[in-house]
Amino acid sequence: MGYPFSALSPPRGQGDLTPELVNTSVWTEGMLTDAGIPIVDVPFVSIGGGMGSFAMVDCLRIAGVPASNIRVLTTLDYPWENYEYLTGVAQLPPEYRIRSDASSTPDNIWGFPSYAVRSAFSARTVRGFVAPLWNVLTENVLTDYWTPLAGQVFASLHREADRIGYWETIAKGQARMVRRRAGGGYFSILTPHLGATRRVAYRSGYVHLAVGYPRIRFLPDLRRFRERYGDKYHFVNSYEPHEHVYTELRNSPGTVLVRGGGITASAILHRLINDRDAHGARTRILHLMRTYVESPRGDSPFMRRPGRDGWAHQGFNWPKASWGGQLKVRLERSEGEQRRELWETLKGTTTPRRKGWQQQLRRGRAEGFYRSLPGEIGHVEPGPDDTLVVFVQTPGSSEVQLLNVDFIIDSTGLVGDVMKHRVLADLVRHSGLDRNLLGRLEVTPSFEVTSCRNGSGRMYAAGAATEGAYYAPADSLLGLQYAALRVCDDLARMGVCQRIGNRRSVSQWWKWARNVAP
Amino acid sequence: MTPTLLGRIQSRTFVVCTAALLWTLLLTPLLPMGFMPLSDAYRATLTALFLVLLLGIVLWEPLYHFLQQFRWEKDWPAMFTLIEGVPEGWLVYLVLTGILGLDVPVGSYVLHFATAWLIVFGCLHGPMRVLFLRWRFRGGRVI
Repeated sequence: MGYPFSALSPPRGQGDLTPELVNTSVWTEGMLTDAGIPIVDVPFVSIGGGMGSFAMVDCLRIAGVPASNIRVLTTLDYPWENYEYLTGVAQLPPEYRIRSDASSTPDNIWGFPSYAVRSAFSARTVRGFVAPLWNVLTENVLTDYWTPLAGQVFASLHREADRIGYWETIAKGQARMVRRRAGGGYFSILTPHLGATRRVAYRSGYVHLAVGYPRIRFLPDLRRFRERYGDKYHFVNSYEPHEHVYTELRNSPGTVLVRGGGITASAILHRLINDRDAHGARTRILHLMRTYVESPRGDSPFMRRPGRDGWAHQGFNWPKASWGGQLKVRLERSEGEQRRELWETLKGTTTPRRKGWQQQLRRGRAEGFYRSLPGEIGHVEPGPDDTLVVFVQTPGSSEVQLLNVDFIIDSTGLVGDVMKHRVLADLVRHSGLDRNLLGRLEVTPSFEVTSCRNGSGRMYAAGAATEGAYYAPADSLLGLQYAALRVCDDLARMGVCQRIGNRRSVSQWWKWARNVAP
Repeated sequence: MTPTLLGRIQSRTFVVCTAALLWTLLLTPLLPMGFMPLSDAYRATLTALFLVLLLGIVLWEPLYHFLQQFRWEKDWPAMFTLIEGVPEGWLVYLVLTGILGLDVPVGSYVLHFATAWLIVFGCLHGPMRVLFLRWRFRGGRVI
């Protein structure tokens, strides 16, 4: 990467986007200079600044790219900020275990030593040493999967960010758009939090899109309820701060409806039952699932997902072989309708089958404070005494069931629609960004957005925005590392960075082990 | 690592021909083989190692791969890899003594096979990822 990092000619205009710029798909330096927007040269720009950008920067640094050749355009103070927020409000705070494999180590591209091994070697008791090792040895057979504490992951990320000089790469502000540059490469527009001008244009040969989920998913019934009654207190989304629900339910007995069949629903149920056990709450829980799984599902004995009591069970977000085994290979080699069918088979809302959770729910059923039921919310109305009346449509019947509850916690996920994200929507309109079979970004197995190629310029994408392409667990800690590695390999082929071959891999791992900069 | 069939075969071949071979070369002179000449001891241990490779490629790995198909996750838990050593070790011993007619003391054989198996297991769950960065994303393929 040979570009110097420098600001070019002094601006002439007001430093803001002009109608000409907004309406023109391919920009020249002259257009930006006329608008008074300063141009900053940097070879590689990553937009997002979350875990996807971090994985990318980590890999580039290991591949020998100096931190000064990378800029991350982001509103985040640190890469795990959003992840920490979402897991925290969804009842997986730092002292809880996230749904991630022991060797899925975002601070360490090799996955060795795994978080389980690190836990063992940092233990101060024999039991503390043996327990995690025994757990990973017997996981998914005799024991549940060993998964790291959220806090352990965050602490390790901090160490790695310091090691690779991640902080130097941050350009703080709101990424507004990416446009093709006449002659090749791209201009990425940043609205800086601090600065002399309203916008700054980053001119780069390579752009990496790691923007994550555009927003929380508010289902129509929730939106309608809030619009009509203005009540954001009793009907909440699990990704919003909703601690008041637990506080109220601890203070006075009540009924809560939890909607969803994923890990977040599991974590919320765990919290509600823990509050009963530890704080004497007398909460009754109704659990509504649109897809109620009573037994293993799948036509073929070779593709049958376990399930019971409403839940579809799976260790992680995707079947494990999606990360690097035969399912990953199969998806990478499939095209068209075959790829769509495989995506349909692999995706779906699931939760891990953790023994502790199973015991809690069994107890809840036996004692009558937990009941799960199939159905969808038709609409919600305010009931008497600050309660809610929920009209539930039972699948396969015209019967409508009325439930009277105090709170609803909706844990049905996040929005992945490309058009809901400003930068991506702009790329669709102005750069001909291709969409894949799920409506998200079409990328190659190397995560290149070929539809946005511009001369020698290359655009890459990672994370949730690429679901529907060739790699299922794109939006996972390990999946983001895989994407980063593929991008690095692609850049190495073009001579932009060094390929991380066997020798480099070993020498860089040794640097990681000694906490020495790459 | 969640293996593919090709990945299983490549990983087994690589680790047996490197770490397990080195271990065998170092350990054999120290094994309690009675009055057996060192050349015969090496013949026994290296033949055992070769059988682990051969039977693994033609019999065991295809069988494990077939059984893996019944798992939704298409994974192969670490514990399975460890336990595989029992039937594999038993079969190699039968072939060594029954078919090839080698005189191998049981104790020495168990010591050699079990330690070599543990070394293979250890390599597959750590160092391979460092040496071959892409290995775990390629179902265990080395090349």
